[in-house]
This record gives sequence, C-alpha cells and structure tokens, in this order.
Amino acid sequence: MRHVYLDHQASTPVLPEVFEAMRPYFTEAFGNPSSLHQHGLRARDALAAARRQIAAFIGAESPEEIYFTSDGQESANLAIKGVAYANQRKGNHLVVSATEHPSVLQSVEFLEKQGFTCTRVKVDGQGLVNPADVAAALTDQTILVAVHHANHDIGAIQPIAEIARLTNAAGVPFYVDADASAGWLPINVREMGASLLSFSPHRFYGPKGVGVLYRHKRARLVSILHGGMQEGGRRAGVENVPAIVGAGVAAEIAARELPSRMAHTARLQRRLWEGIRQRVPCVRLNGPDLGPLRLPNNLNLSAEFIEGEGQLLLCDMNGIAVASGSSCVSKSLKISHVLEAIGLDHALAQGNLILTLGRDNTEEEMDYVVETYATKVVARLRAMSPMWDDYERGVIDSVIAPRGREQASSVLPSRASGPAS
Amino acid sequence: MSESYSLYNQTVMDHFLNPRNLGDIKDADGVGEVGAAACGDIMKISLKIEDGRIKDARFKTFGCGSAIASSSMATELIKGRTIEEAMNFSNREVINALGGLPPVKIHCSVLAEEALKAALEDYLKKHPDKARAVQAASSTPPAPASPA
Repeated sequence: MRHVYLDHQASTPVLPEVFEAMRPYFTEAFGNPSSLHQHGLRARDALAAARRQIAAFIGAESPEEIYFTSDGQESANLAIKGVAYANQRKGNHLVVSATEHPSVLQSVEFLEKQGFTCTRVKVDGQGLVNPADVAAALTDQTILVAVHHANHDIGAIQPIAEIARLTNAAGVPFYVDADASAGWLPINVREMGASLLSFSPHRFYGPKGVGVLYRHKRARLVSILHGGMQEGGRRAGVENVPAIVGAGVAAEIAARELPSRMAHTARLQRRLWEGIRQRVPCVRLNGPDLGPLRLPNNLNLSAEFIEGEGQLLLCDMNGIAVASGSSCVSKSLKISHVLEAIGLDHALAQGNLILTLGRDNTEEEMDYVVETYATKVVARLRAMSPMWDDYERGVIDSVIAPRGREQASSVLPSRASGPAS
Repeated sequence: MSESYSLYNQTVMDHFLNPRNLGDIKDADGVGEVGAAACGDIMKISLKIEDGRIKDARFKTFGCGSAIASSSMATELIKGRTIEEAMNFSNREVINALGGLPPVKIHCSVLAEEALKAALEDYLKKHPDKARAVQAASSTPPAPASPA
C-alpha cells in the first residue's frame, strides 16, 4: 500500500543532513555542556553554534536571546508563566487570543487560579484577531499579550506587526507562538515586533525533544524549572545536545529552502482543495481562503453528514495520514476550541479533517488523495450515515450547500424535489 | 511502513471496515434514532419483528469508528431474540462481543443500546397488546439470552 503523509503540523521526518549532524553527539561527543573539561567544552561549542543558527533563522539580534527547552509547548509555558511571575508587581492582567494553542490557554488558566486575570480576545469567522480588540483589552495592569503567528488548526495568519505596534506603544511584552508557522512562513522577530517567540523544530524536519524560546533582552522572564544554571538560569536541566544541534541545522536548511517550500506546498494545497471541492459535494474550507492570510501547507475541511474520526481511520486504511478536530478524536471528547471560536456549526466541526503538507509531497499524491477521499472515504461513510440518507430524501438540508444554491445538481437525487417521506 | 498498527482491536476494526446489517428495512416494524450530529453520533436501528422475535435488524450510523462498530455488533447480537430478551439488552454485551472498547468510547455502546430500545419502543407503541405482555413479563425478568 502506498503512504501519503499529510500531517506535517503534527511532526515531520528528520532530514538526513540533520540526523548526520546529530549523530556524534549521542556517542563520542556526549559531554555535559556544564563540564569544564574537553568533553564539556565540545558540547558547549555545539550549543553555541546552534544558538547562532537559530538566531539567524528568526532575525534575532544576538544568540544570547535564544533559549532551548524540551518542546514548543514548554517554551509556551515558560513564556506565559515566566513573564507573568517576573512582572507580578507591575500588574496581573494578561491578554490572549481565543484560538491560542492549549499550551498557552492552559498556562493562562493555571495563572488565573493564582490570582492573575485574563482577557481572551475573540476571532472572526476566519479565525483572525482584530488588533483593535487587543487594544481595547489592554489595561494599566496588563503585563503580557500573547497572539500566535499562525493557527495550528486552520492556518489563519494573524496581523502580528499591527498588534506589536500597539503593545510596544503600551510598553507591554508581546509573546508570539510561532509553532505552526516556523519553517513554513518567514519569521523575523524584529520586523514582527515580538518580545518573545517560540517554536518546535520537529515541525520543520528537526528532531523532537527540543523547543526554542526567543526573548528580547528587555523582556523580563523568570525560570519555571529550578536547579542548574543552564540557559542563563532560565531553564534548569541538562541540555538535549543532539536535538539542539539538529534544531540548528534544521533551521539553517529551512531558511535556505523556505521560498521553495512555501511555493511547493501552496501549489499542492490549491490542487488538493480544488480537487476535493470538485469531487466531494457538501464540503467546506474552514479558516481563511487560500492565499496570503493562510499557511501555505494547511487545509482544514468539514465534510457534511459524516464524522471526522471515521474519515481519519478510512484515510489511514488507505495509507493517507491526516488529523481531525472532531470530538471523537480528542481525549477530552470536545471539538477543537478553534472551530468553536470561529463559530462553526457543531455538526460540521464533527466532520472536520486537517491535512498539512510538506516538502516531499507530490502533485501525483494530491490526485491520489482526492480520488481516495472522494470514493473510499466520504462516499463510504455517507452510505452508512442516516443524515446523508435524510439529505438525499430531502428531509434535511445541507448547511454548506443549501438546496436553493446547490451548484452540483448531480448530487441531488430525483426524489429530493418530491415530498419528504 | 512494513508493520501495521491499529487504533482499535481487530474485532472493532473488522466491524468498522465490514459493517454487518448496514442499511434500512423497508416497512420496518420499529425504528429508533438517537444522538445528535453536534455531539458526534447519531444511530438509527430498524427492526423487523415476527412472532415476538427480532427477525432482522439494520443500522445506519453517523459517528466514529467505534460507533459504527458498536451498532454493527448490536444488530448482530439482537437478531433472533424475543422482544422481552431484547428489552433487557445491555451495552455491556456489545463491549464484550467487541473484545473491549477504549474507556472514552464506552458511550458508543450505550448509544447502540439506546437506539435498539428506541426501536423496540417504537414497535411497542404501535402494538399495545405486545406492550402489555412485555410489561407483565418484566416483573419476572427472563434469563439472559445466549449470544447468537
């Protein structure tokens, strides 16, 4: 069976060059970077090189502004809690968008139990934050604003520079979660105006087990992990040297390949969406239209009258790896909070499917996915669905393509115009 | 990838990929539909009942893999049972016959039980004489049926 991997937002394979760069640091160059002998100094040099590579990747002024953690989620925890604790004498109010990643939202919930307060700024139907809403949320107690660069579910790209102008004018630190965008969109912390920014190299062909947090030297941050003096005293714990080395190399390659990765995935994204739209009736795209407001490698669909986990399983049975934001997929049995925030009909949220493209996907793969999805996934699940039956018999209507405006008349059975049984 | 991994056990995957009794029954004697699309599951079970026994059972389901497998298994289990036996049907039987479900998916089997009972109630509403007989029998619960 052929395999088509369309879950690059979940993780990506480590590039061979990255793996080769990491290899010596597991065995011969195993030293602890805090040791003062040759073994330690070699590892320390490797960390310094990776810090320079990461700083260059995101346009940071100095490698000293780069902190390595275990994952983008740990970076988010450190950014939110570390800034809040460092500034608690100044104020206790945070502002975040409603569609942040759970690592941000739950860090904020944790702080709320300790007396901090938070304003969650709503997003529009496309998932975009209005900078005016952020401005309206600021108070003299605000000590942090957090808005992600691009959304992990629906690929919406936020107006980061505009928000940064507001936060800088107010003198409030601005944290940008770039987990979904790093490696897929250009990132320059100075142009974006971010005081803090985080990401996970395993989402762009680096290894797991390492996260990055950028911190502008003026943004105060205290450690949330205590012990050794690693990472300038802001993150205790022996550094994951091989993973950090891999992160540096992955960032260097990502910077070099970014224009071609973006162009390639954008082309596939369009081919895939156009194909699905033509082959599958009653399907919609969630989030912004393809183009400048959407990640070039993300598609988030809802297929009506069927559920997302079943789609995911049947895709997997046909070798296609995808994700879903339906409640049946989540361990909490709740639909994706992002789909809820954009006001998507709950039944459509249950029919959600997330496809994220990568550098090694091909046009031919997109055609296979379109064909398989239309015939072996959607058609099959709809044949099992009592709702599809009701729709075909005209008992219920489609939310996505109500009958009056239906384009593909072929999906309408002749009975539909007759009386409902 | 040479090996293959499975989210559910083989029995659940088999009933998801090769559902038994999929469809509707023309002129069904009882039809039950439970759940809501917004919650992620809708199950519809149709029954053909003759001489107080379930002659045929069919399902249609909007839901996840385990919801489809649960309704497939439930329809398999109840075929041939008397109305009284079917009224005592429990989601436990579905779970056991499927060889277990993940804890977060137990509600799928509950929904299958509810769809079956809704279909039986629909039948009994149309046949008040049978309903009275079941009422009388329910004061002395019958022995559990052996699996088909």
